[in-house]
Parts: sequence; structure tokens; C-alpha cells
Amino acid sequence: MMRSSIDAGAAATRAARRPSLQRSALADRVYRGAILFFALCIPALLLLIFLEVGRAGWPALRQFGFGFLTSSAWDPVHGEFGAAPAIVGTLVTSVIALVIATPLALGSAIFLSEFSPQWLRQPVSFLIDLLAAVPSVVYGLWGVFFLLPLLRTAVMPFLRDTLHLGATPFFNGPAYGPSVLAAGLILAIMVLPYIAAVSREVLLAVPRSQREAALALGATRWEAITGAVLPYARVGIIGGVILGLGRALGETMAVTMLIGNRHELSASLFSPGYTMASLIANEFSEATTDLHLSALMAVGFVLLVITLIVNAAARLLVRRVGGVSR
Amino acid sequence: MSSSVFATSAARPHLPRLTRRKGMSVVMIALTCLAAAIAVVPLLVILGYLLKQGASALSLDFFTRMPAPVGEAGGGMANAIVGTLILIGIACAVGLPVGIGAGLYLAEQKGAKLAELVRFLADVLNGLPSIVMGIFAWQFLVRPVGHFSAIAGGVAIGAMMIPLVTRTTEEMVRTVPQSLREAALALGYPRWRTSLQIVLRTALGGIVTGVLVAVARVAGETAPLLFTAFGNQFWSTDLSQPIAALPLQIFTYAISPYDDWHAQAWAGSLVLIALVLIISLIARFATRARHGRAHD
Repeated sequence: MMRSSIDAGAAATRAARRPSLQRSALADRVYRGAILFFALCIPALLLLIFLEVGRAGWPALRQFGFGFLTSSAWDPVHGEFGAAPAIVGTLVTSVIALVIATPLALGSAIFLSEFSPQWLRQPVSFLIDLLAAVPSVVYGLWGVFFLLPLLRTAVMPFLRDTLHLGATPFFNGPAYGPSVLAAGLILAIMVLPYIAAVSREVLLAVPRSQREAALALGATRWEAITGAVLPYARVGIIGGVILGLGRALGETMAVTMLIGNRHELSASLFSPGYTMASLIANEFSEATTDLHLSALMAVGFVLLVITLIVNAAARLLVRRVGGVSR
Repeated sequence: MSSSVFATSAARPHLPRLTRRKGMSVVMIALTCLAAAIAVVPLLVILGYLLKQGASALSLDFFTRMPAPVGEAGGGMANAIVGTLILIGIACAVGLPVGIGAGLYLAEQKGAKLAELVRFLADVLNGLPSIVMGIFAWQFLVRPVGHFSAIAGGVAIGAMMIPLVTRTTEEMVRTVPQSLREAALALGYPRWRTSLQIVLRTALGGIVTGVLVAVARVAGETAPLLFTAFGNQFWSTDLSQPIAALPLQIFTYAISPYDDWHAQAWAGSLVLIALVLIISLIARFATRARHGRAHD
């Protein structure tokens, strides 16, 4: 305390003697204040989003309480709102997406980081990365005119009749096209590049010695991957998958265009459904009563909380691996 | 069924163990190769289909004319193209100062607790669903005013740019050699001039690349614009009024029942994806050129 005030005093005397130094000290302080301000904008923005969306959804959350999450009534005319079908639809489509995308993403990441010839690595990585650059609405348009007819005429009848999966509750019912399955498939394509990119980075961060040790012990190339590389990279890969989950949960446009938009809890993946994001996108501008609007805001708030938790978990996992590799 | 299982497990011991393990290895490697091939297929199918459907509907009119009424073939999306450019402009005005400023802070305060927190929250913000950003912008900027506006839409996608720009700026500024900074300070440069004129300038190429990637990402965003920019069938450049945007127009046309509009949606998608891909490619090659030099 004492010491610093003496320093400050001495600095002040020096600065008084040299006005240009004093000016630049002030400018330094302004500069530091400015970048600190911009940095603080990020927590402030996040907090503001949380509070504003929460405040707007509060009337519905207060009126329906915990039942808002478990009830499947959605009747704007009579003022009954429950988000269960949308929440379940969100989870089911995301799980379908991850089940399809994870093996493909992980397989291609392993191929690109371990086995691919040098000349193939760059272009294939680039193409997979490009998948992430395609706008959601373009996926939706392609899904409506390419994927839905394909599902309706070929894939759904094949699953239901040829493979006799129609006997299970998951694949029966008429094959219209717009369905939970369609939304899950488009989500799988959309989250694949995210999982692949993170997995590839994590695998590349595994030290070469790890592989060499396994090979020197007599492991085959594949055994070196499963025995030495994947365990090392596991946490980061899980982080990448959770990151993909975060994307899938919040994805809006393509899902809205393909899921059929119906409030209904059904075990069949062939039936239309809703996700939280598509529910908001579809009904927000048509909401006539304050309660309806508030219910949609509450759905947004639930989505916000879920994705915040998922993303935070993913980042912590990915970061932990980054720390190990450095 | 069970007898065949016994048959294989009985046969296995005759097979030399090493051969089996090597065979397994080859099969699995082939499977990873197959996975990579399958992962690339959707992109090629989408691009191919888009070219096939979009090219026939695309003409000079598309860029210069206004949307045609239902039932009339032709017309264009001049208003939506201009609208998207205006929205990107607003987004940059919001996202760049905050993103670059915050990135500088993170790079200069590497170890600080607050920097750790901000970095973490920037990553979390990056994963925020775009529709949530949309309803937030509606609640914050549209509801109090009482009508949709270009400003609200631009701010919504600008906020989505912030975490992307922040993290690239931080990364790029960190790659600037410490010796450069020390040299400037030794010559008597004040800290702020060192940061802005030496460090930021050196990192500028990389930051521009990061900004391009961020622009490419938000240019195609639809969900945040649904209830903010809202879309507009007419010519409007008034920032306080609803404004047309390419992704919104594609969405409206795609879910309409009219074939003419579907054709327009395909043409719009082709233009949008061309815009996004060109920006990504420029960013990609700019990065590679610089990295190449750095390694020499």
C-alpha cells in the first residue's frame, strides 16, 4: 500500500514534468478501460438474454408451474399450455442425429488424422467443414424437395415393410414424409461436421509417442488407435459429441421445414412432431394472446437453459483435453 | 443359429492369431475410410441438386428485379439481396468493435480469472440457439418500439458474430511475436499504440479472415430474423422498418405451394450458398497463404 502510493507519487511528479508522458498514461488507461468494457459486454449480453427471455416467459411458467414441462396440452384458444411434446421431440430428434452422426464423424476423423494419404487429407477435411457452412434454410429447402420424397417413397416403406420394423411401435404408421425421422436425419447431416472437426483436432493433439509406443509393443495399426489413441482423446471426443448435441437441440429452420409441426406425443418416428425451436419459429408471429406469447417465450427459456448447460459441459470437456495436450 | 456360432469359434484357433488381428485392422481402417466417404456424400448431393434446380431459375433479372406476384413467373430478389447486405453491415457495426475489443482483452490478459470467465462465456454464447437470439431481440428491440425493424435483425445477427470474432481475434493476436511488442515498447511507444498500431496491425490479416468466416456464418441465418427484420415484399432501405433478407425470402418461398416461388427459392439458395462458399474459400486460401509463409 505504502510502497505503491510512493511509486504513484513519484510517477505523478515525473508525469507533471513531461506532459506527453502524462497524456499517454491517460490514453493507456482509456485503452484498457475500453477493451475491458468490450470484454464485459459478453457476460452482460448473456445475462441480458437470460433475464429478458426469462422475464417474458415468467407469466406462463408461474401459471403452469412444473406442469409446463410435463403436460402435453397445447391449446391457445383455451389458454392451456404444456411443452412436453416439443421437449420430447427435441430430445428424440437430437438423439437420432447423434446416433447417426457420431460413428460417421468419428470414423472420418480417425481416417483423416491417422490413415489418410497426405494428398487426400486437406480436400476431404475441407469438404466436411463446408457442410457446416451451408445455411440451415438451404438444408430445409433441400430436405423438403429431395429428402422427404426419398423417405416417403423408398426409405420409410423399406424400414416398415421390407425390414418388418413396422411391427415395433417406432416405425409404424403411414409414411407421409414430414416426420421426426426426417428432422433427425437432416440434423445428423448438420451436426456431423461439428463432431468431426472437434474429434479431428483432438486426435491430432494426441502425441505421436503414444502411437509409436503401442506399435512398438506389437499392436496392429487399428489396435494402436483403440488401445492408445482413443483413450487419450476420449474426453475431448465426448466434448465434441456434446457440442454437436448443443447444435442439434437449437437448430431451427431445417427442422421446422421437415418435422411436420404437430403437437403430439407419438412413439413412431414416422409421425409428425415438434421441437422447441420449431414450435417457436412456427407459432411466434401468430400468437394472439399474451399467455400464448409468454408460453412460447417460456419454451425459449427452457431451450436456453438446456443448451447453456450442454454447451458449458462440452466446453469444459474439450478444454480439459486441450490443457492435457499442451 | 447357435451351432454356427460354435462352428466359427471352433474354427478360429486354427487361424493364426496375428493374421486375424491384421485382418481386423484392415477391415476397420477400410470402415473409417468408408465413413469419410459417406460424410462427404450429403454435401455433394446437396450442391449438385442445388445447381440443377437453381441454375435454370437464375438470370440477371434475379439480381435486378423485384419479387413477382403469385402466378407470374420470373421476377427477382433485388430487395432481399440489398436487405441482406444492409443487415450484414449493421451486424458488423455491432459485432466487430465488441468482438475485436474483447479479443484484444483476452489476448493481453491471458491468465486473468476474468479473462478465463469471459472466454468460457464467449464459447457458451457461440452455442446459443439462433432462435433464442431471435426472440431475445424481439423482446428487447421490437416489442418496446411496436414494430419490426432492420436494426433489430442486424443487432440479432451481430450479437451472434461477437463470440466468433472474439475468439479469432484472441488467437491471431496471440500469434504476434512478443519481441515485436517489446521492441515497440522499448522505442517508447505507449501501450495502447503498441497494441493498436503494431500488434493489431500485424494480426490484421488473420482477423479479417475470422471476420469473413463470421460473416459467412450469419449471412445465412434465418431464425434470428423471423421476428426482427421480418422480411418485406417491397423495396426498403429504411433501418427502422421491416427489411427483406435472402434467407427469409427463401424460407417464405420454400414453404409456399407455388411452383414459380419454389424455383425462386432454389435460385435464392444458389446465390446464398455461392456467397457463403466464396467468402469461406477466400478465408481459407488467405489463411493457407499466410501459414505457408509463416512456416518457411
